[in-house]
Amino acid sequence: MRFAKTLAAVAAALSIGIASAQEVGKTAPAFDLPSSNPQNVKLADLKGRVVYVDFWASWCAPCKQSFPWMNDMQAKYGAKGLTIIGVNVDKKRDDADKFLSGTPAKFTVAYDTTGKVAESYQPKGMPTSFLIGADGVVRAVHVGFRDKDREDLEREIAAALTASGRK
Amino acid sequence: MKRVILLVTAVMLVAGCESMPKVQPWQKGNLAKPEMAFDPDTLEARFADHTYFSKEAASGGAGVGGGGCGCN
Repeated sequence: MRFAKTLAAVAAALSIGIASAQEVGKTAPAFDLPSSNPQNVKLADLKGRVVYVDFWASWCAPCKQSFPWMNDMQAKYGAKGLTIIGVNVDKKRDDADKFLSGTPAKFTVAYDTTGKVAESYQPKGMPTSFLIGADGVVRAVHVGFRDKDREDLEREIAAALTASGRK
Repeated sequence: MKRVILLVTAVMLVAGCESMPKVQPWQKGNLAKPEMAFDPDTLEARFADHTYFSKEAASGGAGVGGGGCGCN
């Protein structure tokens, strides 16, 4: 019994070191990254818009599936106040560009080659998306991308746009 | 006393591992390369498995029941 208690204490002590992931209800960490646009993409510039930040990599198969859907969402809700930013986490930008030539993105792609932004958001898998409301607060976090996720994700985006008062 | 020392040593050993950098989900690019897979060719691996468990007459050699006749 005493041994079990000690073991529990040790486990607790060890787990303290694990960084906490970005959670719903917290302010989204700022970022400033080179992008597919001529200028850098800054989260601060997008205040007042609903931002869908999606972490992806060229080596991630579900990411490939999510791109056409994100293109659709950007086309459908862009005018209503949605900005999709695909944050690429490849170490080499070439890998990302190769992926993009086969899987075009009709939204802003940002390049986080150092992984610093990924570190501040702590995505738990690839892809992971963070839906950030117009107030800059994370509204939803979603890990992975499956066909059946589409409707739920779209509903969340629509709800975020409604909450922002833009509709 | 001896047990306490042993425990402290064990904890320190385990704690040493904790400082090692963890591979984060966004850093798994190299692990995702095809040459990192256990089987370079999935189809060939399945075929080899099938031949193996049929010849060995092993039951459920590759997660499939039966064996011996090579017909499953």
